[in-house]
Amino acid sequence: MATRDEIADSIAGMAIFVDLARPQLMGVASRFEEAFFQTGTRVLRQGLTGSGFYVILDGEADVVADGQKLATLARGDFFGEVSVLLGEPPTADIVATRPLRCIVLGGPGVEGFLVDHPRVMYRMLQASARRLRNANRRMTANQ
Amino acid sequence: MTHPRTQGRNGRRPPRPAESEVRPYPPGDYDIVVVGSGPGALQVGYYLDRLGIDHAIISSDPGPGGMFRKWPFFQRLLSWTKPYALGDHDSREFERWDWNSLLAREPELRGISAEFMDGTSDFPSRPEMEANLTAFAERAGLRVRFGCTWESTRREETRDGDRFVLVTSDGEYRCRFPIFAVGVSEPYSPRTEGIELAVHYADTRDAESYAGKRLFIIGKQNSGFELATGLLQWASRIALSSPSPAKTSIETKSLVGVRARYVQPFEDSILGGGVDILSASTKGISRSPSGALIVKLERSDNATPMTVEADEVIAATGFTCPLRDLPDLGVATFGQAKLPAQTEFWESVSVPGIFFAGTITQGAAGLKKHGMPSNSGALHGYRYNARVLVREIARRHFGMPLERQPLAAGDLRDHLLSEATRAPELWHQKAYLASVVTLDPNDGVQDVGILPLTHFLDHEGPDAAAMTIESDGASIYPVVYVRREGAVEEHALEPDPLHDFEGLPHRRALGSILDRLTAGASVA
Repeated sequence: MATRDEIADSIAGMAIFVDLARPQLMGVASRFEEAFFQTGTRVLRQGLTGSGFYVILDGEADVVADGQKLATLARGDFFGEVSVLLGEPPTADIVATRPLRCIVLGGPGVEGFLVDHPRVMYRMLQASARRLRNANRRMTANQ
Repeated sequence: MTHPRTQGRNGRRPPRPAESEVRPYPPGDYDIVVVGSGPGALQVGYYLDRLGIDHAIISSDPGPGGMFRKWPFFQRLLSWTKPYALGDHDSREFERWDWNSLLAREPELRGISAEFMDGTSDFPSRPEMEANLTAFAERAGLRVRFGCTWESTRREETRDGDRFVLVTSDGEYRCRFPIFAVGVSEPYSPRTEGIELAVHYADTRDAESYAGKRLFIIGKQNSGFELATGLLQWASRIALSSPSPAKTSIETKSLVGVRARYVQPFEDSILGGGVDILSASTKGISRSPSGALIVKLERSDNATPMTVEADEVIAATGFTCPLRDLPDLGVATFGQAKLPAQTEFWESVSVPGIFFAGTITQGAAGLKKHGMPSNSGALHGYRYNARVLVREIARRHFGMPLERQPLAAGDLRDHLLSEATRAPELWHQKAYLASVVTLDPNDGVQDVGILPLTHFLDHEGPDAAAMTIESDGASIYPVVYVRREGAVEEHALEPDPLHDFEGLPHRRALGSILDRLTAGASVA
């Protein structure tokens, strides 16, 4: 359970929100909703439309595509943005492997949120660039 | 059109003595104890009664109705009933146009909300709603032990397995499964400095007492705008503030957001008419030497401090679930409302055996596709949750098989399109409840009724199809999920301007999809 103040406190140290001042953090806490997923619950479903953008407050989740685990996500990580930005279904399941507490913004609200918060968009781009770089390194190493 | 102005009882039960003459359900052992007497508790109690499952219903209130015994403050609901809409009042079809009646098997108990409305509005007044719920309880023969306050909870191991013990003002109730339908009813105020100088929405005084006052409302949800709308003619000036911009339900295209009934303050704000709608955090409230209240704010856009002077501050900051000691028992909660985290069948995710009904079931959020929430927070959503919940409890714990209806394979397509066009469960619980048909080689085609969509998606089963109604914010359209050899595919059908999905284009489209399940569906 978290009040908006507590959510603002919780996300204040996260890389994606690091540039936001307190009132903006409170705005994030008001705009996003908190969600809770028990271990084993699918948060995103591969191939199903209409998902949202999630930021993990606590817990862990696996990224699983076609039954194969690709990565583990934890506090401060975010997911669902690729599906929302491209308007395509997720290419992987996200499955809670420990009780998972997130904040979530529905797909239609993401563009407006990012436009209103360019520093969050910048930090998201940074994270995406890192993921792309790491994927490239893995591909290179496997060749 | 039939107006089911039912005078008699349903015939199933003999008339019962008045509440004052006898208090039913004394403390003791029951299979299920339902806590609450609002519409959620009445609905779940009704289905438990009709299935003959041993239960008790207890409530601290003196009569049925729950929150509707007192609120909304301005005594007019946000949920409509359209008495002259399509369909007889006792029909399933009519439920789509009637958000305020509880569900029943008996025709004379269905769609009764309209008979209590005086014709001045399609939104019933609060007293009309209370009368509707009271009449349902009486006519359905529902018994409730009123004036019995649930105080605490513990678990006990017995020879017959674990029992939950509900300690109440009348004594101890032991049960296998408690169902809590206690609403989201406990006033919540943030820990803002000086918040004691504000009153909560729940303690708002009579409107006349705000005549000529400068009013500051913390919160821009429906309760804040309800007060602002009702006090426009009384207050000298009104300011509403919260960190995020206010959005109307027309903008969000869902019941999230300020309902259209309350848009007048928006217009007044835009026209400079004495209403200010601010995006700012409330940092503190203090009293000036002159006696005025000073509200310190921090603007959301640029973190600039500002102050607003007011005579009255009202915290329209919402309510939380009065779960008492359930979190100590291990019930996980989340969000500002302290909603219990629930499975798709509204069972605590962390304490199996504890179930929830009524507006609390919004804690089982479902998929929220395209950001659209279910209507589980409202009667027209949770009444269906209650029926599905009791059906599932009966199946899982009391050995009662699911009711199913055999369906000719050739009727599958038209059945699903009829459900998409008419089924109130699908329209009121978009992308949340689904109409499911299974195709088991040993069992034929079976209409298994309404199930949570997430249950269909996340559990194995025979080949099947699940029809839903969904919205992406731009349009409303049917979606069919097809499970074949364990894999589920999603197929969105085209929207229709009149929401009629039974025409040739939809028959062709769905037929070709279903051909993969049952050969020849497209030419049926």
